[in-house]
Amino acid sequence: MSDSLGCLAVEKEMQKKRAAVRPMNERIAKLREESVGAEVRISDERARIITEFYKSGIAAGKSIPVQRAMAFKYLMERVSLPVEDGQLIVGLRGTGPQEVPTYPEMCTHSMQDLEILNSRENMPYKVDEKTRELYEKEVIPAWKGATLREIIFDNLPEEWIEAYEAGIWTEFMEQRAPGHTAGGERIFGKGLLEIKEEIRSKIREMEPNDPDYFDKIEELKAMDIAADAMLVYAERYAEKLEKMAEEEKDAERRKELNEMARICRRVPAHAPGTFWEALQHYWFVHVGVVYETNPWDSYNPGRMDQHLYPFYEKDVAEGKLTREKAKELLEAFWIKINNQPAVPKVGVTAEESFTYNDFTKINIGGLKKDGSDGVNEVSYLLLEVLDEIRTLQPNTAVLVSDKNPERFLLKAIKVVGPGFGEPPFFNFDGVIVKMLRQGKKLEDARTAGVSGCVETGAFGKEAYILTGYFNLPKILEITLNNGIDPQSGKKLGLETGEPKNFKTFDELWGAFTKQVKHFMDIKMKGNDIIEALFAKYMPVPFLSLWTDDCVVKARDYNSGGTRYNTQYVQIVGLGTLTYSLTSIKYHVFDKKTISMPELLEALKQNFEDKHEFMRQIILNKTPRYGEDDDYTDEIAKKIVDNIVEMIEAYPPSPVRRASKRAYFLPTTAHVYFGKVTGATPDGRKAGFPVSEGISPVQGSDKKGIAAVFRSVSKCDWDRTGGALLNQKLTPDLLEGEENLRKLAQLIKTFFNMGGHHVQFNVVSVELLREAQKRPKDFQDLMVRVAGYSDYFVNLPKGLQEEIIARTEHKEV
Amino acid sequence: MVNGLIFDIKRYAVHDGPGIRTTVFLKGCPLRCWWCHNPEGISQEKSLMFFEYKCMRCKTCAGICPSGAISFENGVHYIDRSRCNNCGLCSEACPTEALRHAGQTITVEELLKEIEKDVLLYDNSGGGVTFSGGEPLMQHEFLEEALVECKKRDIHTALDTSGYAPERIFSSVVDYVDVFLYDLKLADEEEHRKYTGVSNNLIKENLRMLAGRGRGRDVILRFPVIPGITDTQKNVDGLVEFISTLKGINEIDLLPFHDISEKYCRLGIEYKMPVRQAPPQQKLMQIKERFETIGLYVKV
Repeated sequence: MSDSLGCLAVEKEMQKKRAAVRPMNERIAKLREESVGAEVRISDERARIITEFYKSGIAAGKSIPVQRAMAFKYLMERVSLPVEDGQLIVGLRGTGPQEVPTYPEMCTHSMQDLEILNSRENMPYKVDEKTRELYEKEVIPAWKGATLREIIFDNLPEEWIEAYEAGIWTEFMEQRAPGHTAGGERIFGKGLLEIKEEIRSKIREMEPNDPDYFDKIEELKAMDIAADAMLVYAERYAEKLEKMAEEEKDAERRKELNEMARICRRVPAHAPGTFWEALQHYWFVHVGVVYETNPWDSYNPGRMDQHLYPFYEKDVAEGKLTREKAKELLEAFWIKINNQPAVPKVGVTAEESFTYNDFTKINIGGLKKDGSDGVNEVSYLLLEVLDEIRTLQPNTAVLVSDKNPERFLLKAIKVVGPGFGEPPFFNFDGVIVKMLRQGKKLEDARTAGVSGCVETGAFGKEAYILTGYFNLPKILEITLNNGIDPQSGKKLGLETGEPKNFKTFDELWGAFTKQVKHFMDIKMKGNDIIEALFAKYMPVPFLSLWTDDCVVKARDYNSGGTRYNTQYVQIVGLGTLTYSLTSIKYHVFDKKTISMPELLEALKQNFEDKHEFMRQIILNKTPRYGEDDDYTDEIAKKIVDNIVEMIEAYPPSPVRRASKRAYFLPTTAHVYFGKVTGATPDGRKAGFPVSEGISPVQGSDKKGIAAVFRSVSKCDWDRTGGALLNQKLTPDLLEGEENLRKLAQLIKTFFNMGGHHVQFNVVSVELLREAQKRPKDFQDLMVRVAGYSDYFVNLPKGLQEEIIARTEHKEV
Repeated sequence: MVNGLIFDIKRYAVHDGPGIRTTVFLKGCPLRCWWCHNPEGISQEKSLMFFEYKCMRCKTCAGICPSGAISFENGVHYIDRSRCNNCGLCSEACPTEALRHAGQTITVEELLKEIEKDVLLYDNSGGGVTFSGGEPLMQHEFLEEALVECKKRDIHTALDTSGYAPERIFSSVVDYVDVFLYDLKLADEEEHRKYTGVSNNLIKENLRMLAGRGRGRDVILRFPVIPGITDTQKNVDGLVEFISTLKGINEIDLLPFHDISEKYCRLGIEYKMPVRQAPPQQKLMQIKERFETIGLYVKV
């Protein structure tokens, strides 16, 4: 293809993408424009108010939960009350769209952090002079030595810190609170007044012979104060909206503002009664949860179509709501989520956090609590909203069950077509199996879903806390160096033997698993310490109000109050590790085409110069995971089985009694892990990202998508909490009804075989290359990264290259 | 038991018959179509392909070739194909797969194992296996055995054929084929000889035979739209006239020409196509409409 023709094709592809953005009316178009166009800024308001509260001494002498609840109330009494022009839903974390608060009590940004955030090229957070001054004079001095981050690092053992610094794992909670919780039925069925009544009756029935009597009473008191905090916030909004209505000249808008004020008086005090109230009610809860702390993966409304449908059905039947109006409300709601970018990181990670996405996920489809098909009119509405709005946030999840109609899956696949990476597909029947295997009740399994990227959990009833990414390829590197990390020369691992003395693959495997266990022991110890610190210092009474069974158990979400408690480790680099081990087994032990000393030397030399020959042999003459070859797929299976069994063998955590489990997902950690890991025996050079999720090594799966699905399905994902699979398709594979139908059948087949999740990038390599050359012209090009989508040109170069390197499955 | 020689197996094939399919490409073809888009399938032997951009100039191949067919001059890689006897040592040793032999010997059993990997996909989509090539009937004994084994396992079968085979051979597989993807290229015999190297008599007869046996409804015609060669009004009219005489056939797929001269380079064979441009959309629509006049369902 000549250059000009190629260019034309790229332009056409981009035009098609742009044409996919079509907000339903002017109001939504305007709100979307403001949301997408606004610069991301740090708002100093929360830091100022929280610092002021703790300095004031108002809460001196109170228990920690009560102090925290009082701080929350103090905050909600004072935060600004932005109302975006034309919005139908109110409440916002931050002072305006894309204005993000900070959480100094968790981790305080240094002046240098603020500078990095303000000036970095990719995804900056703008910091104004006022904020800098406040930080320098008030916030930083006030929190010095007192942030939870500092307390955590003070309490972690040296060996933990060393492994962490070497990049063997990351730690989710060193600067964000435990996350991965989705709202369940409780939110949509209860108001705060009713919950306050639950608290009162619980206090009444408490007996002092309970050894935890005082802790429980204090927690209940805290919950009650947190409930009041949100009641105040809603009432403040009601008053503001009434005032705005008085001043409003446009009669239509005046009516709207009055209705919104009425709704703010009704919810969250009472359970919602209408569709509009339900959205506003949830949104107040959402804002409260993410103002209280900065949880990983934000918060989410869970199985949204299931929760909203009864309101929709009733309102439509009573003539109060049309399908169009419902859609408009959903689109307005969608934009609210997009208005709240992820909170900015501190420290080194300020440089390495790669997304504004805060991972609120909307679940669509699946089953009802009684096991019947859960797809309803709201499911289709949500797909339409996603299709038309195309914002960075929220993420979605299409839950596919054999009981769902095929038209639902087809409609969802059509949304994938223009190639924004959304929505991803999940095997809901598999989600249920996972939940049941973990001992959850059948109803709780059926009301479960996925949050964050691909993480399964019992929505509204489980604290399933992600603790950090775990770098498997790095541990192989350490194994091949007999316990030493060649990047630093430090001895981090065990002495499991000089690899050149290994006579069989099994010896290497034995050494590797010993090293993994060694590091996992340290990681688990750290997990339990961090969990205990959060329980002690960072209770979340507001989140606890909404999560079963915190009120009944009078225990905080962070102390094991939820019905189910789980701790997850996220495993990264399965593809790289599988390919590496296969390469050693095949070339060193079976075919004897490469000797171990030769391989080790080549790794040391990063496959440079004469070692390139060996690298090519490895890249081209090795059975590859993702090509449906049992030789290597069995190694992948062995790794997954081994890791799952290793993690699940740990006893429940001491505080929350959380069982320990594995996820296989990377977010962007595969890029960071790649940076800290030297060359690997799969031919990967030092510094290049390791493989992401459970996907094969980028560019190595040359036998097509059916082979990838079969390879991947040989592992037992039902024993994990979830596993992420990325696939890249060329746009022509999604053209025409027949191709879409075939893709639907392919996805169903993958799930029949036990796959958990798959998502598609539908974008040509040519377009990505062109966007790299002319980033200004492709600001709006969105691609799938890991369990989320992002603007391609905003991504750091390494991640851009990694996405380009992923195999493109073409039409055959 | 006869072994087969295949040059590719493509899974998740979505354009080779109904549903999702696995397409097996058999080597060898009696035709020499100028535009052939699988030239690596023409020879009945393995074909050595050279991907220049992958070559790292390590010269391993030159050192290993027993007949001295490979040499390097000023860093340029040369293959003297007259000396090459397809022993396969060079492609086996080549670290980058710059040298690759198209053609892999396979038993029916091994092939079935590959095919069966995706039965779940076939079942969920109404798909199956497609035998393509080359001309699969060039290896009719192997093909027949493979087809019989598929039918034993209730796997839907399609045959992508030029129709160029003696009737006896063609008939031997007919009962094991569920769908025929049947190429029609040129109506005029002389033109056919010129551009494909063979007469179209056998092709027409076999198709008549199929229609005569009431299998017309199992035939999907495939018409390669080759600019200046097959896309002329005269040719399309001629084909329309021929098809009208056949009973039961109701679908024809148009396969627009694509320039694949690169593949010919890799194989070191001549690419005879005088034009390199794909047919314009408008042309395809015209042809589509013409076929529709005789009640055919036309897919582009």
